[in-house]
Amino acid sequence: MKFRAHVLVSLKEGVLDTQGKAVRVSLKNMGYGSVEEVRIGKSIMISLEATSRPKAEKQVEAMCDDLLVNPLIETRSVTLEAI
Amino acid sequence: MKAAVVIFPGSNCDRDVIHALEAVSCIPTQAVWHKETSLPQDTGLVVLPGGFSYGDYLRCGAMAARSPIVPAVREHASRGGLVLGICNGFQVLTETGLLPGALLANISLEFICSNCLLKVERTDTPFTSAFKKGQIVQFPIAHHEGLFFLPENELEELEANGQVVFRYASADGSAGQQYSPNGALNGIAGIVNKGGNVLGLMPHPERASERILGSSDGLGIWNSIKEWLEGRSK
Repeated sequence: MKFRAHVLVSLKEGVLDTQGKAVRVSLKNMGYGSVEEVRIGKSIMISLEATSRPKAEKQVEAMCDDLLVNPLIETRSVTLEAI
Repeated sequence: MKAAVVIFPGSNCDRDVIHALEAVSCIPTQAVWHKETSLPQDTGLVVLPGGFSYGDYLRCGAMAARSPIVPAVREHASRGGLVLGICNGFQVLTETGLLPGALLANISLEFICSNCLLKVERTDTPFTSAFKKGQIVQFPIAHHEGLFFLPENELEELEANGQVVFRYASADGSAGQQYSPNGALNGIAGIVNKGGNVLGLMPHPERASERILGSSDGLGIWNSIKEWLEGRSK
């Protein structure tokens, strides 16, 4: 079976997001006064083969632990769909 | 004992480091391609040089930290061998877990290329024995991700352990966060592991190793390492 995983990587609360801060300032300067905070993350799409959904999930979680996410500064959420 | 300089795709300070080690400091040096799985025999020092390994994709140093050579570097470090990570090499060391912390984008969001002053906080490491404690040295920095970060409690632990070796400073000898050109917490420019045999720093000593380069303060690092290596060879 083929699956597509969507890994959303965000900076943890309390980790300084300089990019998000700069974007917040720009948005405010453009007149979007309601903006309180901007956090910028990464979106990673992975297409993969697996014999079952749990196996696909397990593989993607392992990829996150081994490379995609640095747990000191980042958190993740994974969604998976069969394609 | 010799030095091994690991070259990753995108490393660009490897030749400067090799020049500083070999031509300036007379330390026998060998370049090692990242796909190797073992270090040259009699390696006493491994250098992970600066650059943009793997184009800084995903996170700086993340892919390099998973290179085939890394298990051998880890093994070398666990045996007490010296490992020095400069700039991108420091980022690689944090990604391998050999050093704590992470290097985030500079607070100004700009790439900073400038000379900076550093205070030598420790002289009892194999990398800094040739300096005087509290000495102010000048090394250049050139990076976009140099803001040293650790969660508060771990940062306190790092300080309590005395693992900070270099701190951004002023000419009069004060050091701390207000002198960080990049926003690094507590003004941290370089740290060692608990064993003191793994050093990572953002500034470039290899670019400050000859008077013609504007500073030869970097020699302190190479001279310290040389003394350590010679001591081990006896």
